[in-house]
Amino acid sequence: MSSTKYILGLFEDPDDMMHGIEKLQKNSVPIYDVYTPMPIHGIEAKLGIKESRLGYAAFMFGCLGGSTIFSIIYYTMVHDWPNNIGGKNAFAIPDFIPITFEWTVLFTAFGMVATFFYATHLFPGRTPRVMDFRATDDRFIIAIDAKGNIPHDDITTILKDAGAVEIKHNDRKYVSYE
Amino acid sequence: MASHHESIIREPLITGKNITYAQITNDVLRPVENKPTKAWWIGFIVSSLGACLWVFAASWTFWFGLGEWGLNKTVGWAWDITGFVWWVGIGHAGTLISAVLLLFRQNWRNSINRSAEAMTIFAVICAATYIVAHMGRPWLALYCLPLPNQYGSLWVNFNSPLIWDVFAISTYFSVSLVFWYTGLLPDIATIRDRATGLKQKIYSICSFGWTGSVKTWQRFETVSLILAGISTPLVLSVHTIVSMDFATSLEPGWHTTIFPPYFVAGAIFSGFAMVQTLLLVARKVLALENYITMFHIESMNKIIILTGSIVGVAYITEFFIAWYSGVEYEQYAFINRATGPYWWAYWSMMTCNVISPQLFWVSKWRRSIPFSWVLSIVVNIGMWFERFVIIVTSLHRDYIPSSWAMFYPTWVDVSIFVGSIGVFFTLFLLFIRVLPSVAMGEVKLLLKGASEQAKKKLIDEGHLDPSHVEFYKESLTKFDSVDMSAYEKTI
Repeated sequence: MSSTKYILGLFEDPDDMMHGIEKLQKNSVPIYDVYTPMPIHGIEAKLGIKESRLGYAAFMFGCLGGSTIFSIIYYTMVHDWPNNIGGKNAFAIPDFIPITFEWTVLFTAFGMVATFFYATHLFPGRTPRVMDFRATDDRFIIAIDAKGNIPHDDITTILKDAGAVEIKHNDRKYVSYE
Repeated sequence: MASHHESIIREPLITGKNITYAQITNDVLRPVENKPTKAWWIGFIVSSLGACLWVFAASWTFWFGLGEWGLNKTVGWAWDITGFVWWVGIGHAGTLISAVLLLFRQNWRNSINRSAEAMTIFAVICAATYIVAHMGRPWLALYCLPLPNQYGSLWVNFNSPLIWDVFAISTYFSVSLVFWYTGLLPDIATIRDRATGLKQKIYSICSFGWTGSVKTWQRFETVSLILAGISTPLVLSVHTIVSMDFATSLEPGWHTTIFPPYFVAGAIFSGFAMVQTLLLVARKVLALENYITMFHIESMNKIIILTGSIVGVAYITEFFIAWYSGVEYEQYAFINRATGPYWWAYWSMMTCNVISPQLFWVSKWRRSIPFSWVLSIVVNIGMWFERFVIIVTSLHRDYIPSSWAMFYPTWVDVSIFVGSIGVFFTLFLLFIRVLPSVAMGEVKLLLKGASEQAKKKLIDEGHLDPSHVEFYKESLTKFDSVDMSAYEKTI
């Protein structure tokens, strides 16, 4: 039994990498993940990754922000201490629109980004789980879980045929740890 | 798809031969991974001296009070609010480039958005310092917020545009910061993965553990798009609200409905000028000519023509409406601006903002780097005068002639303004030292479709309409970073 934990196919070109994904799928080799230095359009469909639901979260946070500040303004300006400004109605909705808008945007932005960080496990100081250091530079990397995916040489051949410039058989999952 | 070929008649967004993904990383990270150059040190020392001047003058203000400024009972707002509106306006270009141009799918924004966003953030910091300084007692700044207090509670007045401004500016600053930093994460991860030792540890913390997996990028793109979508109305609302600080008053010259669109156009106008001021130098010093090309410079100059013309039309409209309204106070305010004791400020504004951007109709000047650079500074001088004219000329002679007065700045006013420019440049120079000044991931996206080398390959393959190829080669001649000799022999 080999000690290989993950097989990495390093590509120089994103199109070759997409080609590699197709070939692996044709040969029923499950792909663990793909690491790239830039977003690759169309890769989600190929890997069958569901659409992000962050838009819904953003919408809900926006509604929360708008209603929070509108309630605060209503409480302070209309309920708690209404001012007599030339006998005009204290519930002056047009005046409340700018700030309601600002907090809608504020909550949308912060809520959505916080959800993104939470769901993706991003936070300051999190130890980076890096499989190959060049994935953030100039290599497009397909990672394959070696366990159960045998024989490893076949996977190497598939990746090589697709145009991988380098294939790594790593004994450790992440290279960024000590 | 990364392999998407772009039409040949579009100008390339990345020039140069044999550019690889690795080379983009190397080129962008050169200033971050190496010791600073002499030019950087000179710039940094000069700007930090400016920043020290700011610290001194602001401390002086807090110690002795606002009486140290040149304000008087008639002119209660002068250089401080001028500086505030000027800086906020400059900030707007960053959001315009990163958000509005993203929504319009203008790919040329990819190589300038990062530095423009940084500029936004630093400009808003400078703007905010004026607000805090003008409070006189900045430790009471929290009373801008609707906090429960012992007077009743006596709340802030949500009917006032000044309170709208507190919310607008703070939202604008924090949302811009989040937008900028989220976009920086993949690039910080790139630095992290190439660094060693302490540097790697610091960038590791700052990178939030970014890996670049499929799901991360997918969510990242969603987040960027939605942030762009909400930042677009946000940036418009911010300067609209800034203009309402003036427009909702009864002051002649301020009480006009044209202010919101006019301020927004002016903000974009001055912001793009500041982007030019910074990037024309940065592309040379950081050797980024292949990424920030003549096409980028020319596009920004075209936006300067457009917004400058909108500003010009607004000035003339204002003048016309003052006459047409039949309100004699309004009429006097405008006649006084043009011919009164502040005529020199008015005509500086008119020359710099209305006449000078029209010079960019000449393509030769629009493509000249020294000319564009000088003109970008002229525009910013003009935009400073615009705010000065609006604020001081309206205030110094209003309804009661017995209280008419002039405004004379003291050394504290001047130092705070000059110092804020120092603060701005100090922050910007630190930024280009420690963070990538170009969004690498976004530029890499363009390499296979919109680069000169990709288009050259298409030409060499020879399946294109020859007239299109001719048109394309013609458009390349304006680039200072394209070697035309490679194209001559292929004809």
